[in-house]
Amino acid sequence: MKSAPLVAPQAVSADSVVVADPAIWQQFPNRVVTFCLVELQKLRHDRTEIVTRAVQPVLWLVVFGETFNRLHAIPTGNVPYLDFLAPGIIAQSGMFVAIFYGIQIIWERDAGVLTKLLVTPTPRSALILGKGFAAGIRALVQVVVVLILSTILGVALTENPLRILGAFAIVMMGAGFFACLSMTIAGVVLKRDRLMGIGQMITMPLFFASSALYPVSIMPGWLRVLSRVNPLSYEVDALRGLLIHSHAHLPLDFGVLALAVIVGVTTASSLVGRLAR
Amino acid sequence: MSDAPALLCEGLRHRFGDHVAVDGIDLRIEQGEIFGLLGPNGAGKTTTIRVVNTLLPIQEGHIEVLGHDVRKAPMAVRRRLGYVPQQLSIEASLTGRENVAWFARLFDVPRAERKERVADALEVMGLADVAGRLAGTYSGGMIRRLELAQALVNRPQLLVLDEPTLGLDPVARDGVWQRVEELQEATGMTVLLTTHYMEEADLLCDRVALMHLGRFRAEGAPETLKLELGPDATLDDVFRRYTGNSLEEETEAKRGIREVRTTRRTAGRVG
Repeated sequence: MKSAPLVAPQAVSADSVVVADPAIWQQFPNRVVTFCLVELQKLRHDRTEIVTRAVQPVLWLVVFGETFNRLHAIPTGNVPYLDFLAPGIIAQSGMFVAIFYGIQIIWERDAGVLTKLLVTPTPRSALILGKGFAAGIRALVQVVVVLILSTILGVALTENPLRILGAFAIVMMGAGFFACLSMTIAGVVLKRDRLMGIGQMITMPLFFASSALYPVSIMPGWLRVLSRVNPLSYEVDALRGLLIHSHAHLPLDFGVLALAVIVGVTTASSLVGRLAR
Repeated sequence: MSDAPALLCEGLRHRFGDHVAVDGIDLRIEQGEIFGLLGPNGAGKTTTIRVVNTLLPIQEGHIEVLGHDVRKAPMAVRRRLGYVPQQLSIEASLTGRENVAWFARLFDVPRAERKERVADALEVMGLADVAGRLAGTYSGGMIRRLELAQALVNRPQLLVLDEPTLGLDPVARDGVWQRVEELQEATGMTVLLTTHYMEEADLLCDRVALMHLGRFRAEGAPETLKLELGPDATLDDVFRRYTGNSLEEETEAKRGIREVRTTRRTAGRVG
């Protein structure tokens, strides 16, 4: 076999050719950007997911939202129900993308890619954070679809670009947390089928035990408690505050989501080694 | 640091439950050597490699890679390693170029050099013309060469190859070995590899260790090991002498299940 000319590596025996370890505050953003970029590249090569994943939010907004908008069955104060619902559906579609993201890490384990990733100079927490935000990138693509649809349906969304950027940040954090939850489950169950089952089992309870579809004030007491410990509620609250100017607790929402991401990354990264064995 | 051995293992032992996979290995590989770990599946080769490359924790023993203690400085070790696992493993939904660029970023190759280094690694592996194609469309031999390009993009000082030609046809196998040999000659990097193919190890490796049931049964230059048995002896003869079995027989018997699993995974990924 004729080989290509050798042009690449130079002398490698001297230790000086090795890239020095970047500072930890550089390494984490580097890895997050790297994994997000790879996710965008994958999406560019296969765009079918953008369409297929758009179907559910469209149904929620067009069928459920439009119907309940007319019924006035859910008390949302002066806010039309469709406006109230849109941020909830944004949060929900981001969560749906993220909650199954652990399947990808099991798939990467089965395909041997994870093994190679774990042998790069990437701290496990940076790997998990990177993958969490990569799920956020997929979620953001869905968010853009829902935002466009909401505008078409007449939802009075903010026009302030800073608020929209803030909403994107919230979606990234929410998706980051749910992806970490998914990767944590992946690290425990180690099998795609089991993760699929658990994902199916927890998505709807998380969705219903949040303020995505109805205000917390009309929930029964026990559901209110669940809603209070559900990060999705804080995501929805922040998105409503940012996108439709409703009363929100933004510092609390940001704080809870940031804490959820930290806990999620810590837990998932302590389990990811199990997938490599 | 420059005089440190590329790899130093002392008293390496690793268990999976009650099963002792690696049972007290001492190994010293000098910089610039091509060293082959030979033995059937279950001999402990892959476990040894996975402890060296930080994938498995060190349960017992001491390992240094280029003077860096694997237990204390795993990041420094990873930065100096290039690793190609046994299983064909690339991201099928990225192009060849994107696969290599991904690893360039993960190894912090400076932005100014990244594009050139990625192109060079692909060129060396003979993949420049297909770099823009999705890696899922590559043949087995091309995937293996793409993995070598990924492993080389950080200019590793120790290249670790775990059964790099398993499951490849003879032409693809020759292609992989030829590239490895040329690279080693051009760069002087150290190569640690495992293989079932005795005749290939014989041609390529400066030294080999014959591994069986977690222990080294013999270690040395292939020529020396063979000469101890006689002028016409093969490495398989050497293995038979030290273990009482033929490596080919052991390998054929034990690798059946494993190869089926690997093939199934690969088919699932690419197909």
